[in-house]
Amino acid sequence: MTEGVTTLSAAAPLARPILSRDDWIMRWGMLVLGVWLSVAVVLPLYTLLSKGLEDHAGRFVGLANFAEFFATPVLFNSIYNSLTIAIISTVITITLAFVYAYALTRSCMPGKGIFKGIAMVPILAPSLLPAISLVYLFGNQGMIKGVLMGETIYGPIGIVMGEVFWTFPHALIIIITALSMADARLYEAAESLGTSKLRTFFTVTLPGARYGVISACFVVFTLVITDFGVPKVIGGQYNVLATDVYKQVIGQQNFQMGAVVGMVLLVPAVLAFIADRIIQRKQVALISARAVPYHPKPKTRFDMAMMGFCCVVGFMILGIIAVDAFASFIQLWPYNLTLTLYNYDFDLRDGGGWASYRNSIVMASYTAVIGTVIIFAGAYLVEKIRGFTVIRSLVQFMCIIPLAVPGLVLGLAYIFFFNHPDNPLEFVYGTMAILVICTVTHFYTVSHLTATTALKQMDPEFEAVSMSLKVPFYKTFWRVTVPVCVPAILDISIYLFVNAMTTVSAVVFIYSADTTLASVAVLNMDDAGEVASAAAMGMMIVCTSAGVRVLHALLTRGIARASQAWRVR
Amino acid sequence: MVTQETPAGSGNQRTRYLKIENITKKFGDFVALQDISLDIYKGEFICFLGPSGCGKTTLLRAIAGLDIQTSGRIEQGGKDISNLPAAERNFGIVFQSYALFPNLTVSKNVGYGLVNRRMGKAAIGERVAELLDLVGLSDQGSKYPAQLSGGEQQRVALARALATSPGLLLLDEPLSALDAKVRVFLRQEIKALHRRLGVTTIMVTHDQEEALTMADRIVVMNQGTIEQVGTPIEIYRNPMNRCVGDFVGIMNCLSGVVTGAASVRVGAMEFDCANGVGGLTEGQAVTVCLRPEEIAVRGVASGGANSFEARISRLEFLGSFYRATLEAERLGDMKITADFSINEVRDLTLDEGATIQIALPGEHIRIFAEA
Ligand SMILES: Nc1ncnc2c1ncn2[C@@H]1O[C@H](COP(=O)(O)OP(=O)(O)OP(=O)(O)O)[C@@H](O)[C@H]1O
Ligand SMILES: [Mg+2]
Repeated sequence: MTEGVTTLSAAAPLARPILSRDDWIMRWGMLVLGVWLSVAVVLPLYTLLSKGLEDHAGRFVGLANFAEFFATPVLFNSIYNSLTIAIISTVITITLAFVYAYALTRSCMPGKGIFKGIAMVPILAPSLLPAISLVYLFGNQGMIKGVLMGETIYGPIGIVMGEVFWTFPHALIIIITALSMADARLYEAAESLGTSKLRTFFTVTLPGARYGVISACFVVFTLVITDFGVPKVIGGQYNVLATDVYKQVIGQQNFQMGAVVGMVLLVPAVLAFIADRIIQRKQVALISARAVPYHPKPKTRFDMAMMGFCCVVGFMILGIIAVDAFASFIQLWPYNLTLTLYNYDFDLRDGGGWASYRNSIVMASYTAVIGTVIIFAGAYLVEKIRGFTVIRSLVQFMCIIPLAVPGLVLGLAYIFFFNHPDNPLEFVYGTMAILVICTVTHFYTVSHLTATTALKQMDPEFEAVSMSLKVPFYKTFWRVTVPVCVPAILDISIYLFVNAMTTVSAVVFIYSADTTLASVAVLNMDDAGEVASAAAMGMMIVCTSAGVRVLHALLTRGIARASQAWRVR
Repeated sequence: MVTQETPAGSGNQRTRYLKIENITKKFGDFVALQDISLDIYKGEFICFLGPSGCGKTTLLRAIAGLDIQTSGRIEQGGKDISNLPAAERNFGIVFQSYALFPNLTVSKNVGYGLVNRRMGKAAIGERVAELLDLVGLSDQGSKYPAQLSGGEQQRVALARALATSPGLLLLDEPLSALDAKVRVFLRQEIKALHRRLGVTTIMVTHDQEEALTMADRIVVMNQGTIEQVGTPIEIYRNPMNRCVGDFVGIMNCLSGVVTGAASVRVGAMEFDCANGVGGLTEGQAVTVCLRPEEIAVRGVASGGANSFEARISRLEFLGSFYRATLEAERLGDMKITADFSINEVRDLTLDEGATIQIALPGEHIRIFAEA
């Protein structure tokens, strides 16, 4: 028998595994991905950080720029304003989203599918769009201006309203997931103990969903504090960090101060990101594998109340879109109400005209295709590579970083990095390519996580079987992994496409005269006072996103039908 | 290290096929395999048997090259494969989950490894048909895995692993996901297949019955080491230590003390043991082991060798035999499990509460030093 000590027998040679051809290919692939992510994420961010420590001439000045920032009350005040807006918007959005999600998961009200669909509409629009609608509703010549009782919409009130509209679906998705994970056994236990409904809510429902709610809070908070579309249009004299970055860079060409504000903006985003990661790790341990799904029972009064609430929220969401659509077809609000297509004649206006719409379609298509290929293949490598642990962890970390980087900061970092005369990659500056790279990077993490989840659901031994049969891994990837993951791949591509259509923050710094985009055109036309045309372009974006979504739904259904023979439900 | 050099049951030419030398595998600080050495002969059916977490899968994956050992050598067919990646080794493998490709038909699954080998379409089709016939699924070729039962899926996985005619077949708990009936049926199927093809096979299992019925030799493992290697009969009859005896079959384990060259005392009883006490000195604390079915009840005379009076405190009918729990004054609180045939129970009218005369035959008693 053995002696219980773990000394290696003297004769036993240490194993020195020989790498197979598959291993080599995967490692090279991983290195290429690492270089790509370094160029697209790490180096630009590094350049941004170092820029903040330089003066106009590029000399190192330490923290002088930061000192100037904190000594300038106008700039410093923005921190306070940003936090105020973010906190108020988060509280309102989470409250509304929680009740809405509660209605969708815990009531038996009719029309749940439709209400869920309506709630997702804001995702299809750039954040500029609700702000424009709010101007039409509550602005100086607003349709129902009186509702504000003398308060102005141009300022915190308008920003909060716009942000709530725009972040609502993001919060809703997370809270719905949290509430659907409820364990019916807990409710049965509470009922059998005669616990009151209210007490059950506070002792079972809320604790069960708390991680989801906290996670949603962080997501909304980050979205609001980093969004610049809403405050740009409706913020008036109320400065927030996001608009400051824009003003410093585009307005005053003060890149150093732009970098400093960008970094200040990075702080809350990174903190929220880290806190959310920690909490999510806790949550995983909380889900019991044997949980029994909860099925609500009909309760007429409760169901009707819930439906009433959803109707009000749904009406507001559709109302905002409808106002925008209406405005886009009106000759000149409020003086000439004849219907017209005149506002859609974008070529008559500044901002890029119809070309910018075409550019957006091209950019979104490239982003969807190239992004999906890179992200899915990358996630596959990270998931399946054998050994190479250090590089793998490094790459994995780089895949997660973009989630913590606000679009404005990323775009600013791209200017500094790609517009640097010493950068051999300078040639991509001002091209479609840089827009695609930036957008893929901006939305990398969520797509990467989607791909990883799908890959984790596959049998981990597929690769082992292929090795034993001497089939190279890329053949199995192509013949098995990709077909099995088609739904996730489609999800990733639609996510990238819609976001590429609607994003403003990252690309606003790096588009050129030849590569104007629809979402940027909305911004510029609004800036130039062509608000109706901005609304019209916004509608073009919404309709395109919606159309692609419908196409995606049909495609997904078709694929589900074609593969139902082998897909295990 | 206890390695009994026993060849395959039937083979009279014993060529060594796999030589495992001093394999150690660590996961960080945790030692999953410790200095394992083992020879496997051509055409053998070997079972790795042991409790969960003892390292069976780890050893199998080291042999396959899927998770290469930390140190040690492996030779297959005379060739050193210690450092070769899995893709350059010669084996077929079936996992517990089967890992069938869900989007490919049964035929495509079985032919998956052939497509890569410059075989013509017709030749592949022929080979696939032959394999499906071999596992009795000739008419299921166009179905998808999800449309098959668990047992059928298992056979598809087997056919796929055999398609490229590997020199070594590795099975990691291939039957554990199936229900009892299918499991027994497939045991015979796999055995028959092995007899027909003669491919050297290693099967991992934690089901002792599976190992006893299927294996030419069993490798009993525990906590990363090999406890014993031997034929099923050897393992069952002559367990090297209490641990093996306990794990393979049921074993009565009574604490006792050595009292002579061939006698031990348990409670107030003195037992003769024909096999001796294995050179243990007098006064040494030992475990006295005996299989339940070895306990004699028919024709036991009072005052005979190793006999004493016992009370049946429980009698359980288990289909083909009865399992009794016995208590005896002379053994103190120690209880004995005994298996009685239906005949014995009927003829001797054994019943719960009855007092009977039993004997622990000396030639079946095994003595192990207390750890
Ligand atoms: N990748 C790994 N990292 C760390 N520890 C591991 C790893 N794989 C296995 N182990 C540990 O090594 C030990 C042996 O694992 P192994 O899978 O070989 O057990 P097994 O005998 O096959 O058990 P089972 O019957 O449950 O399948 C276990 O304690 C396990 O926790
Ligand atoms: Mg195992």
